[in-house]
Formats: sequence, structure tokens, C-alpha cells
Amino acid sequence: MTPPLIFDRLLLRARRKRGLRLGPETFLLDQVADEFAHRLSLVLRRFDLVVDLGTPTDAVRTALLRGGAIGTMIALDPIIDRPDRAARTVWRVVADEESLPFADNTLDLVVSGLSLQAVNDLPGVLVQVRRALKPDGLFLAALLGGDTLAELRQSFAVAESELESGVSPRVAPFADLRDMGALLQRAGFALPVTDVDRITVRYATPLRLLRDLRRMGAANPLVERRRAPLRRATLARAMAVYAERFAEPDGKVRATFDIIWLSGWSPHQSQQKPLRPGSAKTRLADALGTAEIPAGEKPER
Amino acid sequence: MNSASSGDRPSNMIDPKLLEILVCPLTKGPLEYDAEKQELISRSAKLAYPIRDGIPIMLPEEARPLE
Repeated sequence: MTPPLIFDRLLLRARRKRGLRLGPETFLLDQVADEFAHRLSLVLRRFDLVVDLGTPTDAVRTALLRGGAIGTMIALDPIIDRPDRAARTVWRVVADEESLPFADNTLDLVVSGLSLQAVNDLPGVLVQVRRALKPDGLFLAALLGGDTLAELRQSFAVAESELESGVSPRVAPFADLRDMGALLQRAGFALPVTDVDRITVRYATPLRLLRDLRRMGAANPLVERRRAPLRRATLARAMAVYAERFAEPDGKVRATFDIIWLSGWSPHQSQQKPLRPGSAKTRLADALGTAEIPAGEKPER
Repeated sequence: MNSASSGDRPSNMIDPKLLEILVCPLTKGPLEYDAEKQELISRSAKLAYPIRDGIPIMLPEEARPLE
């Protein structure tokens, strides 16, 4: 079964290249990179072979290499022309995050910063990552999700419904936190954990947000996007709606970024597991301090 | 970037240990390394992936189809 195509991956690469030319805006990634270093410092082990899966800058790998518990770092990028501060200690591979070029059971750690929100087949990517990991290998990723850019989505919807023949997708659909745990489990990860960091950014004007998004290489990458150029009047109306509805008391506007964190381990004997059904030594009724009612009977009224 | 004579780093060489773990992204089949042409050949996908400045380009649209 082929999942529907949501993201135009070739366009996405072009947008990332443009973002780099404009001088990339990296405050979100820098924050995520610090959090990666923190989260991995809590895992008390060394990872020999690490893949950085599509993180748009070198921020995450640089932070991890500084942390020290990393052997060899492989940076997988969908585009090639970017400078890399850590270039000499990093092996580079150009590939699409959706088709990984790594053999099974070879990697100790896979990290990914703000890249996986734009893959078409996230379940497929998770399965490929899990297979490439060695037993007891770790996957740790941060991706945009939840209510990210909800303000911008609403503003464009209002403007387009007023001034155009209908609403077109302007902001990517994002995965929900609740779906993520199930996806990790389905991909065969043990001990899956998901959580969300909400970052609210305040901008002087909504246009500043759009400028940042272009610099992040995050302008609309959707297959179903409206192909005609955005009309000046529609953009102006969207920006006005944004400023009206999402202004803070000081006149600045807010933009929500929900960063969803995923982690899961490739299964291994040493990991904690649930007990086998039927192996309990205490009755549930005793633990609950109640009388046991055999299956199929109804409690008396 | 593309000058092969930079003494800092053997920029036109691919690390043999990286070759060991790479497979064809489409078929997950094995790759053969052609050092002369600087290509990684996937017989199962009938594609030759280029290596540029020591960086393997594992994108099917950049690969050379094998006849």
C-alpha cells in the first residue's frame, strides 16, 4: 500500500537550499540541540556509531560530539551544499530520510532534529530506523507537531475564505502526540516514550514569522498547495487577521511551535518487559481490596 | 570544497567502514564499490550511485541506471 503523498520532497530540498542562501534561522534548532545533549547525558552509555537523520543544520551533532559519549557520527542529509562545523569528524551521506541506506543491525544511536515532520511515510521511516539499529540501540527524535503554527493556519483560512474561491492548505498537517507512541510501538520499538515541549515565539509582526519560516527552509512544501502565487491582498488580509486574533497585550504576536520528542529502544534481552500473562503471584482482587467476581457473572444489584 | 589537494582531510576518499554499513536505499541490497569510477553499484536496483568529494549520494534520481 502506498501512503498518499503529502509533502513534495524535491520542493522541500529546494526550500532548504533557499533557506541556507538567505542565512538560516536556527533558534528553534539550537534550543532542540541543547535538549538533545541534555537527554542523552541522562543515558549512561557510550554510542559508537551514530546517525544524525536529516537535521537541517549541524547543531545537534555538534552538541552531541561536544558531550563526548559518541564514537563515529554519520550525517544523513537530503541536500549536499551546506557547510558543516564538525565536517572533519563527521562522515556525510546524502540520502532521503524516507529511504535509508543503512544495513540492518549496524547503528547504536539515531537522532533527528526537526526533520521528520516533513516525511510522507513516518511509520515506514520508523521501521527502517528500528531495523538499522543494533539490539539495545536508541532512537531519539524531535519533530514539529501538535498545534505548531495553528495561528498561521487559521489566519490564512480566514483570509482565503473571504478573498479566494476557497481555502487551500498553507500549513502542513502535523502529527499528534497521542499517535506517536502507537507508531513507535508498531515499528517494534521497546520502552517508547513521547512528550511535547511547547515553545511560544513572539514576533513584532506576523510577516517576521513568515521571513523566519523561509529562512528555516520551512515555507509551504505541500503537494496539494495552491500553485498560483499568493495574492498580495490575501497575504495582507491573513497578516491582519493574525495581528487581530493573536496579539499579546504589548502588540506583539505569538506563534506556537510544539516540539514532539520521541524515544524508543531496539528490543534487547536486558530490557524490562511486562510479565507473561498468568504469571502473577497476587490476585488483583486482593490488591484492590475487593471480592473477585468470576468472568461472565454480573455483580449483584 | 571540491579541491582534492587539500591536505587537511582526504576529502575525495570514502571511509571503508562507512562502505561496510551502506546498502541500496531502495532494495536494502548490497553495494559494490567501484573505486575508479567512484560509484556504488546496486545490482538489485540496477543503479550506480555516485560518490562526490567522498560523499556517497544515495538518491535514486542522482544515480546512473545500469543497462
